[in-house]
Amino acid sequence: MKRRTLAVPYVLWLAAFVVAPVILIVIYAFTSRSGGFTTENFSAMGKYVSVFARSFALALISTAVCLALGYPLAYVLAREPARRQRIMLMLLMLPMWMNFLLRTYAWMSILENTGLISRLLGFFGLGPLRVINTPAAVVIGMVYNFLPFMALPVYSVIVKIDRSLIEAAQDLGGSPRTVFLRVTLPLSLPGVLSGVTMVFVPAVSTFVISQLLGGGKYLLLGDLIEMQFLGQAYNPHLGSAIALVMMVVVMIFMFFMNKFGEGEDKAVII
Amino acid sequence: MTGKKGAGGRFYTYLVMLFLYAPIFILIVFSFNEANSRTRWTGFTLKWYGELLADRGIMSSFYTTISVSALSAAIATAAGTLASVGLFNMRRRWRAPILSVNNIPLINADIITGVAMCLLFVSLGSVLKFRLGFGTLLIAHITFNIPYVVLSVMPKLRQLDENLVDAAQDLGCTWFRAFRKVIMPEIMPGIVNGAMIAFTMSIDDFVISYFTAGSGVMTLSMKVFSMTRKRVSPKINALSSLMFAAVLFLLLAINIRELSQEERRKKGTKPRKTR
Amino acid sequence: MSKELIRLANCTMAFDGEVVLNNIELSINDKEFLTLLGPSGCGKTTTLRIIGGFQRPTSGDVFFDGARINDIPPHRRNVNTVFQKYALFTHLDVFENVAFGLRMQKPAIGKAELVSRVLEMLEIVSLRGFERRETASLSGGQQQRVAIARALVLRPKVLLLDEPLGALDLRLRKDMQNELKRIQQAMDITFVYVTHDQEEALAMSDSVVVMDGGEILQIGTPEDIYNEPENAFVADFIGESNIVDGVMTADGSVEIFGRRFACLDGGFAPNEPVDVVIRPEDIDIVALGDGMLTGTVTNVTFKGVHYDIIVDFKGFKWLIQTTDLSPVGARIGIKIDPDGIHIMKKSRYSGLFGDYSSYSAEYDEISDAAAVPAGTAQEADS
Repeated sequence: MKRRTLAVPYVLWLAAFVVAPVILIVIYAFTSRSGGFTTENFSAMGKYVSVFARSFALALISTAVCLALGYPLAYVLAREPARRQRIMLMLLMLPMWMNFLLRTYAWMSILENTGLISRLLGFFGLGPLRVINTPAAVVIGMVYNFLPFMALPVYSVIVKIDRSLIEAAQDLGGSPRTVFLRVTLPLSLPGVLSGVTMVFVPAVSTFVISQLLGGGKYLLLGDLIEMQFLGQAYNPHLGSAIALVMMVVVMIFMFFMNKFGEGEDKAVII
Repeated sequence: MTGKKGAGGRFYTYLVMLFLYAPIFILIVFSFNEANSRTRWTGFTLKWYGELLADRGIMSSFYTTISVSALSAAIATAAGTLASVGLFNMRRRWRAPILSVNNIPLINADIITGVAMCLLFVSLGSVLKFRLGFGTLLIAHITFNIPYVVLSVMPKLRQLDENLVDAAQDLGCTWFRAFRKVIMPEIMPGIVNGAMIAFTMSIDDFVISYFTAGSGVMTLSMKVFSMTRKRVSPKINALSSLMFAAVLFLLLAINIRELSQEERRKKGTKPRKTR
Repeated sequence: MSKELIRLANCTMAFDGEVVLNNIELSINDKEFLTLLGPSGCGKTTTLRIIGGFQRPTSGDVFFDGARINDIPPHRRNVNTVFQKYALFTHLDVFENVAFGLRMQKPAIGKAELVSRVLEMLEIVSLRGFERRETASLSGGQQQRVAIARALVLRPKVLLLDEPLGALDLRLRKDMQNELKRIQQAMDITFVYVTHDQEEALAMSDSVVVMDGGEILQIGTPEDIYNEPENAFVADFIGESNIVDGVMTADGSVEIFGRRFACLDGGFAPNEPVDVVIRPEDIDIVALGDGMLTGTVTNVTFKGVHYDIIVDFKGFKWLIQTTDLSPVGARIGIKIDPDGIHIMKKSRYSGLFGDYSSYSAEYDEISDAAAVPAGTAQEADS
């Protein structure tokens, strides 16, 4: 049948622009500037251990905060009347549609030393509070940008949970607390897992947020990679090696995540 | 659920909404601020909007963004739809691995997709004698957009009655005619949805553009990034306000359209057991 | 006898080496209502799809009106199909669904004729006034009729129907059976009907083709199939049957459980082992002493018109339908008239069917449920 051949151009495209670039990353990671095979790029990474640690730490904190804020939000939303759900969802997505750079930029002016938070606190005789250019500012930026990525998948799973399951649990004598812990929470886990990946991956790899809100003082993995490709430290071989390591770590992370929520489709909604 | 609990939940959602919208609101307010300050209010003005529109750098980056988004969304939608139909007709043992590859750009961190393509374009460019620019930017955008189209068209194909094409052929269509007359209209919501996601992803993208556009071309995101590194100007506030207004308007329009469609559908619908 | 319209000659169909249709021979006459009957996976839908042109047999030929049509695509066959889940075009309203095929015709049909043909067709399926309705807003039975109108408007010589009533509830199904028969007679064309529901097949068909495992087991009128089943499978699939081992002692005499019974069949080798079919309604309950066999009642179910009782004969359980109540535990005698006994040759189905040892009141539902996952056999080639 001819219909299958409709996919051939796309398969070629995937090979050229998705598979080939990833292979190039691997090749670059294992070669030196002169072109020979080397593992130097990986041993050179030793001095960046602190960057890895900081990136993962900040990404994990942000993911945790997103989960803590996003899960209750999703839970509350899923129980609202349909019309209200619709409006709230739209409001949740609206900032996502605005440019990512502009969203981050918005926080610059709020967190500045002379910014609104500082001045508000000053008004009450507190502060001055230094937030900008601290890890806290980076976390705030991440949470602000990625919170919908957590709330939406969780919401889309909770909203699909059959009401009669909850009612059955209540009928069988479950208190609201037990019903939540034993029924709702386990059933919403696939949404949580997909939310966690959707927040963690961009958080661990960002360089925009750290540069805008961290003032470039707290180097993250993203910054490190960016520097190797477009920055002063131009060394695409080292950059590829770092990217490769990050990719592998993220893959392992996601593998365990998927293992955890086996059999469930990704609850991605956009 | 008791009223009290419901009220608590609502209060919480309002707090989150405040967190989400306060920064945007402040941004908008200060776009009308007289002084070149992002924190101290000195008086109302529209001059930043004027300056924004007069800024050639910003305006050209705006055009670049719009054209790369529109072009890549259009191409990705056409290619993604055809690819979906092809993939759908494939056997599972071929389809599954291809779909996994299709998901790579979605799963990978943007920066990895960005640097990987950057490497490819630089290497190819040194052989084929081309430089990074609008062309490479467009290819990159198409590449990360097609997966979204495939992901929104495939489920629609899966939902189709498996005999639909047979039925159209049975009634006298050739396969291609059946595709145009029956499949296309039936999966249109998926295609439109895919196109919209692709367009917004392109507009929103910074990281991948940053690595694939080269030095000569700038998208709006890239322009904002470079501006925030230097002296910040309230022109960015004005730009944000305009973007926000545009997105708000678009979303409202889409939602109102969907709502009215739903109402219309409801009118002609009797309760049915199966769906 | 009317003339032959369609013939499948030595048709075999295999998907990925798996044979789903094994060398079948089938001839369909003009203007007849023919039903392909069998459990899911028996090859009935594949047979239909070969006639419709959606599948090309791996080997063998398909003839239509004497001409070989293996290579003719569906859109150039004078055959139309009503699909299992209707396959209505949800983006078009009722009128446009029915008009779809007419609009595809070359040379193009004039607007006036198109409108009149669509309306005429909607009249036939009693859907006048529904022209501008969305298909999604119709009930299952109405959608069904749109699908029929859409196929019939092209005036095909043959209408293929793939389990068209499967998605309807019982009541509607009965109504639609009559409706379909009426439409077939009104249009005066051939219907080829696929179903796993034996009642449906008996009620509507001129001929029934019983299939299993990709083979045709028996072709005949509903009466033939019911009264003279070819083997244990057919006997069990059509109606209820007690099937027991017997030995033909002579023409007109069969030995069951060591006792001789008179029957009407003959032509077997001396002392040939056979399968004996006794329909539950052909067994009479008589006083203990008058019985040809005696057994114990183990189960009684009230069915309205009659009782279903299960009687244990030396460990072999029979189903008997009777209007006389015999309580559980009662010893009873039975009598079977010669015309109540049907003798079949041994086949690969011998010993598999016709025992009610595992009888439960839900046996109907169980056999229906077993037929539900239809279409899985086609999965492989998509």
